[in-house]
Amino acid sequence: MMESLRQVDHFLTTASYVLLVLMAVPLGMTLVRMLAGPSYADRFVALDMLTGVAVSIAALTAAATGRREYMDVGLGLALFGFLGTCALSAFLERKERGRP
Amino acid sequence: MSLVLAVAALLLKIAGFVFLFSAALGLLRFKDPLQRMHAATKAGTVGAGLSVAGAALAHGDGLTMIVAAVTILFLVITVPLAGHLLGRAIYVSGVPLQGIEGRDALQGVLKRHEVDPSSEATTN
Repeated sequence: MMESLRQVDHFLTTASYVLLVLMAVPLGMTLVRMLAGPSYADRFVALDMLTGVAVSIAALTAAATGRREYMDVGLGLALFGFLGTCALSAFLERKERGRP
Repeated sequence: MSLVLAVAALLLKIAGFVFLFSAALGLLRFKDPLQRMHAATKAGTVGAGLSVAGAALAHGDGLTMIVAAVTILFLVITVPLAGHLLGRAIYVSGVPLQGIEGRDALQGVLKRHEVDPSSEATTN
C-alpha cells in the first residue's frame, strides 16, 4: 500500500514537471502576439494573458517542487497583473493619435 | 494522499493547460483586438484558476487551500473588470475592428480616436 502511494506521488510530480514544460507553448504564443502587435491594444491584451500563464506556472511549480511559497507568488502575480492591466488601459484611452 | 484526490488534481491541472493553450491559440488566430481580448481574458483566467485548484488539491495542505481559494476568488472578481477596461480602451483607441462600419452601437456614446493609417498597421 505504502509503495503504491509513493508511486502515485512520484507520478504526480513527474506530470507536474511535464505540464510545466508544456506551459512554454502558450507562453511562446503570447510572446509572438506581443511582439507582432500590430497595435498597442494587442500588446496590452497579450500582457493580460501573460498574467494568467504566469499564475498557472507558479501554481504548477508549487505542485512540482512541493514548496507552498509558490502559491503566494501566484497570488502576488495575479494582483500586480490586474493593476498593470488597469493602468495600461487608462494609458491606452488617453493616447493621442499617432503617438504612443 | 488518496488515489481519487491525486487523479482529480492531475485532471484539473491538465484542464487548466488545455484552457490556457486554447486562449493562447485564440490570441494568435483571431482577427482584431476585441476578439483577442475575448479569448485571452475569459479562457486564460479559467485556465489559471483550474491550474491553481489542481496544484492546491495535489498539495492537500490547509493553508495552501486558503491561498489558492483567495487566488481563484481574486481572479474571478477581476476578470469582468479587466475585460471591461480593456474592451473600452480598445474601442476608444480607434484600432480597426471587424464589422463595425454602419453598426456601431457605441457611436455618440464613447468618443473614438481617429487612427492615422500610416502609423498603425491594419489588422492581419
